[in-house]
Amino acid sequence: MGCARRVPADLNASPGPTTGPGLRSAPGAGDAGAPVGETWRHAPYPVLVADRRGVLTGLNEAARQYLPRAARGDRLRDLAPSWLAEAHHRLAEARSPGGGDVPAGHLGDRFFEAHPTPAGDGRVVWWLIDRTDALQAETALHSARTRSEMLSGIASTLLSTLNVPRCMEVTASLAAQHLAEGAVLIAPPQGRRHQLTYAARGTGAVQVTQQVDTRSVPGLAEALQGFPPVPARWLNPDDIPDWLIPEGFTGPVGSVIVTPLPGHGVPAGALVLLRSGTEKAFTEGEEAFARLFAARAGAALSAARLYAEQSAITATLMRELLPPKLGSVHGVEYAGNYRAATDQERIGGDFYDVHPGSDPSRETLVVLGDVAGKGLDAAVLTGKIRNTLQALLPLADDHQRVLSLLNGALLSSHQTRFATLVLASVRRGDEGVHLRLTSGGHLPPLIIRADGTVEEAPTHGTLVGALPQVRARTIETVLAPGEICLLYTDGITEARGGPLGEELFGEERLRRALAGCAGMPAEAVVEHVQMLAFQWLRSGGHDDMAVVAIGAARSGGPPTVAGAKDGMNL
Amino acid sequence: MSDPTTAAGLREALWHAVAEGDEYTAVALVQDAAARHVDGETLLLDVIARVQERIGTEWAAGRLTVAQEHAATAINERVVAILAHHPSSARRGAPRGRVTVGCVDGEWHAFPARLVAEVLRLRGWHVDYLGAQTPTPHLVAHLHHTNTDAVLLSGSIPTHLPAAHAAITACRSVGVPVLAGGRAFGIDGRHARTLGVDGWAPDARGAAAALAEGLTRPDPSRGRQAVDDLPHLADQEYTMIVRSRAQLVKQTLADLEDAFPAAREYSEAQRERTAEDLAHIVDFLATALYMDDAGIFTDFLTWTASILEARDVPARSLTIGLDLLAGRLRDFPRTLRLIGEGTTALRDRAAPGAHA
Repeated sequence: MGCARRVPADLNASPGPTTGPGLRSAPGAGDAGAPVGETWRHAPYPVLVADRRGVLTGLNEAARQYLPRAARGDRLRDLAPSWLAEAHHRLAEARSPGGGDVPAGHLGDRFFEAHPTPAGDGRVVWWLIDRTDALQAETALHSARTRSEMLSGIASTLLSTLNVPRCMEVTASLAAQHLAEGAVLIAPPQGRRHQLTYAARGTGAVQVTQQVDTRSVPGLAEALQGFPPVPARWLNPDDIPDWLIPEGFTGPVGSVIVTPLPGHGVPAGALVLLRSGTEKAFTEGEEAFARLFAARAGAALSAARLYAEQSAITATLMRELLPPKLGSVHGVEYAGNYRAATDQERIGGDFYDVHPGSDPSRETLVVLGDVAGKGLDAAVLTGKIRNTLQALLPLADDHQRVLSLLNGALLSSHQTRFATLVLASVRRGDEGVHLRLTSGGHLPPLIIRADGTVEEAPTHGTLVGALPQVRARTIETVLAPGEICLLYTDGITEARGGPLGEELFGEERLRRALAGCAGMPAEAVVEHVQMLAFQWLRSGGHDDMAVVAIGAARSGGPPTVAGAKDGMNL
Repeated sequence: MSDPTTAAGLREALWHAVAEGDEYTAVALVQDAAARHVDGETLLLDVIARVQERIGTEWAAGRLTVAQEHAATAINERVVAILAHHPSSARRGAPRGRVTVGCVDGEWHAFPARLVAEVLRLRGWHVDYLGAQTPTPHLVAHLHHTNTDAVLLSGSIPTHLPAAHAAITACRSVGVPVLAGGRAFGIDGRHARTLGVDGWAPDARGAAAALAEGLTRPDPSRGRQAVDDLPHLADQEYTMIVRSRAQLVKQTLADLEDAFPAAREYSEAQRERTAEDLAHIVDFLATALYMDDAGIFTDFLTWTASILEARDVPARSLTIGLDLLAGRLRDFPRTLRLIGEGTTALRDRAAPGAHA
């Protein structure tokens, strides 16, 4: 610093009369005629003074710390960083300094903004302001913001699906897109095989299930057992076996991260991130970020697994409660349709079954009923009733007796609900389809005759599961070809809505609609009734709705293949 | 007689069978054709689908009753089902991905969706067919159960477009692309695009081609909502009309009785029919408001007018209904504009007839 003394003495020695045109109009050039003073020497910032030709005419103590070898007479472009020399050149040449950014750049290991003050003699005093800390803060803020945006995008993408394979695809793709060039998700073993999801940057995820040796990858077996991850710098890229390289991943592996996907107590899998040799290796910050990503992915994957397990359980339990698919049995057509009260559920308090007779000469028993209440609790009781009725099938010759036994069974169980139901025994004879119909407190069946007349079957009886004794009256009738007997629950007639909003669909409207259904196949009648009731509804809720049609097939040809529509569950 | 060895001949023969409700003949015709190795896709699209179209046009022209139309459709559905189980319909080509085919909630016309499902199955796709009026919660639950590549959503009646929008938004928010099809989405698919679908196809072959080309999965992190696609919904006119539908119909019915004393003599059934017609107009009006597309409303009105005339009912009642509705909806500028366009469309349509 000893040479700092000799500079200032010469500063005012050559007051140049000529001033660069650009300097006159420079901002803050109101004192453009003023000579360069002395005070700048004591400024706490580095200051450089240069003339129009870019020759250094002075610098202060603070500047000398960064440019220790600078001397008066040196050219800026030889001693100063190029960003500053160019800024000076632009200022000296230009008529105006241009409205652009404040010149800024590095000087040594610090970052400065350079603010010019033109002097009257054409020289420029450059004030350098240290912005290093501000720049670091801005950079840190920017990368934190980018990272949190990325994490929030990743989180909502991961949370969007509850499907396990899809969740694994999404995880691998996101990892290959944001964290590495290639990513492989290794699911916990199923037996001896692992489901593997591969993704390379720019390609879609690919899934395979195969037997692999997880111990051949350093840290992988441990990650799958939930041990803490092995630091990336301990992993030798040459140890990565070929089966771990995603298709589309180019070049030899340069660096690797193996991280567990933490789950609900047990690991949800492990994630391997790969970068090729040409890319820079994973930094510690990136490793930490990869762990954060793995935590999010593991949580999403575990939630998806839990959902899959729960819905598999539900599906198994529900299978027995779902209404059966109906078709044609012993020359008689059956069609049924059911819609549960809530859109979220497929089951409820209405039920129906068709129990085919052991041969065409024996009666087929059709049951349709309604348990008080709706939702799962009601559905569970329908299951009990259906099982009980199945056990009572050998007694189906006597409907009254079946209802009495069912009544006894319901009364002796712990539940307090009651049910209404209709029994129909069906047999095809020479002159048509013979029906025996019995209502246990249920809406009487409606019969659509060939001429469009709609008859109500005059059967009535008490509901089951409420009183110690049940009484019911069985009636008999015959369906001619093309005629239909319709069993339905009150969800249809009690549908509320219509054009005026609050009216019940009602039996009268149903009968009117059925009058137009003469001659339709059973399936079409069922669909038509369901459609009318549904269109009648306004957005408010509705009760469970079930409809079964028993149809005497029209003449011509042998009866159609049983269950032609979708196969029967008999 | 028609030659049942050509597609045209088969079409004619099948039409006669279904129109007469003769399921046995209809099934036998298609089974014979399949046994003769007539291509499954040709049978589905160039025979059965065309017959189904004809059922629709014959009904519209008043030459089939509702019962006949239902019976014919039911037989046609059986024919498709039996064809699906025929050994000749074994899928051809390499297995492709898995897709879900379903109808918009409230949509009962499942036939087009069923055809698409069968065609895709023939082309090697694993198809989950969910059937008519799929409740959107069931559809979304299904997407979580299966790792499906795409949803094919079918809609025939435009009034289901708001429900379709909910389904499309829900599918896309779980990252599954939606391919829409069916008349509800417009003959050029413009309504489908308004609702932000990932693809639209005019028919079953188009759907197969679009799937083969591949649909881009939507980005679920964008969290789009209905109002992002349809900013005009912010004016609340759609919401108000839908919420006050019953009241609006009631008031308009009363206005009708004030203006036309003859209407006071209506029987209960006639009165209900009139209320249903008004409710229908309000539903289409609401849909046009939802989509901000007058074409939905004017197409419905001119189509209804032609249906009425085919049954010898004067279409003038439609214009009267519109005038009365407009009287009740003075505070809704977008609604009034739509009603105005509806009236104009009915008038322009009637004009050529007046000269005849």
